[in-house]
Amino acid sequence: MVSGLINANPVIYEKKERRVRSAPSVGDDEHAVEPIDQLEQDLLRVFIFLTFLNHIRDIKDPEHPYSLEELKVITEDAIEVDDNHSYVRVTFTPTVEHCSMATVIGLCLRVKLMRSLPQRYKVDIRVAPGTHATESAVNKQLNDKERVAAALENPNLVDMVDECLAPSYA
Amino acid sequence: MEELYDGNMELKEIQTLAGHSDRVWSLAWNPATGTSNNPPVLASCSGDKTVRIWEQTPSNRLWHCKAVLEETHTRTVRSCAWSPCGKLLATASFDATTAIWENIGGDFECVSTLEGHENEVKCVSWNASGSLLATCSRDKTVWIWEVMPGNEFECVSVLQGHTQDVKMVKWHPTMDVLFSCSYDNTVKVWAEDGTGDWHCVQSLGESNNGHSSTVWALAFNAEGNRMVTCSDDLTLKIWETDVGGMQSGNDLVSWNHLCTLSGYHDRTIFSVHWSREGIIASGAADDALRFFVESKDGLVDGPSYKLLLKREKAHEMDINSVQWGPGETGLLASTSDDGTIKIWELAALT
Repeated sequence: MVSGLINANPVIYEKKERRVRSAPSVGDDEHAVEPIDQLEQDLLRVFIFLTFLNHIRDIKDPEHPYSLEELKVITEDAIEVDDNHSYVRVTFTPTVEHCSMATVIGLCLRVKLMRSLPQRYKVDIRVAPGTHATESAVNKQLNDKERVAAALENPNLVDMVDECLAPSYA
Repeated sequence: MEELYDGNMELKEIQTLAGHSDRVWSLAWNPATGTSNNPPVLASCSGDKTVRIWEQTPSNRLWHCKAVLEETHTRTVRSCAWSPCGKLLATASFDATTAIWENIGGDFECVSTLEGHENEVKCVSWNASGSLLATCSRDKTVWIWEVMPGNEFECVSVLQGHTQDVKMVKWHPTMDVLFSCSYDNTVKVWAEDGTGDWHCVQSLGESNNGHSSTVWALAFNAEGNRMVTCSDDLTLKIWETDVGGMQSGNDLVSWNHLCTLSGYHDRTIFSVHWSREGIIASGAADDALRFFVESKDGLVDGPSYKLLLKREKAHEMDINSVQWGPGETGLLASTSDDGTIKIWELAALT
């Protein structure tokens, strides 16, 4: 494990109140649909979006006793859902540019989704463009399912992930 | 041969083989089976740490699980390969070992364990004569093992050159030339220099019209003069070499990019395999099977390949491996994250 915190003084943001709102329109240009279908798809999207958010907004930063949402590692807008194509993409923002825990945070997000979503979903996890020094390397590792499978057979890593995903800390 | 494929082809789902309790990574058809008096046999390996042997019953043509090879590997079994004679099965595991199993009167016994890699072994391959074995690992190395009498395996070379984990190793179908593909986006060609030393004789990377992301797998056509590679960059690439140079015993012939099949796949392509009849099958993370064949239409622009058939939702989850069966059966098997193996038959519409 790392000795000392990478980001000793993270900025803490208030947790958002949970409320229903319309989800950002993602990829609508490419998949134009009739208005009635659009409404249904929006409802479905909001539903999945909120269910999904309830799962991941309580994930803890491996280094801090704050949730990823409080650290703005994850925001609502960073989650894109396309239910028609069973597709989810999560874009997260590491707390600092050199955050060595970025792959662990990404792994936590992926594991949480694997355990929560129906298995038909395809999930892509990435760090927000321009927010990490080794962005493409982190993204590549997080989306290589063989590397993820091997990591999840490592008891130390699984312990770390389970700790991050522990249900509550309040 | 081409006219055969101008007509419509259909893909029939023959059977779904269930039994593994986790994702099925890979499969291997026993090359010594599939003849008139020898029903086809295949091995599959899984995240459930086991290997299963499946056999077709001649009377009703239904497949059944003949054996479960367990309690040897302690982690995921990532790939498996039969020796050319079909007597031995090699299995590569994330537990850093490669196990050799022998079929003794229908029972499979682990007769040897190859240790040496630092971490996950990802693939194992026998050469055409069965005298050499190659393994590769996340430790970035490729090992060549010599098969000795009495189920002994001696490491004759540790090949370093890849800068990231090595996803697959595959021997050329006729020559003792080894191919490896990697997370470092390259395909490397390895040959022996005549004094027992192995060297990288060619590296096919982005600057040689190669892939721009992880290369997951490769396969050869029946003649051995063309190779297809598949990648996380969502393309298949066809490479060609001079078959005349190969036959004159020159192992150092180089491979050149022939064409790229892009725009067909939506997610990572994990597996590709070339049938004896010239049909390329691909399996991808978009759950679809696709079949490609050389197109003779556009010869002015050089050789090209066209999509022959696509089966969406061939599995419920990612397809990890596609392999054509031995003989002239037209059978194909696929493995998936959904925990199943499916047997397919590609046939001309009658």
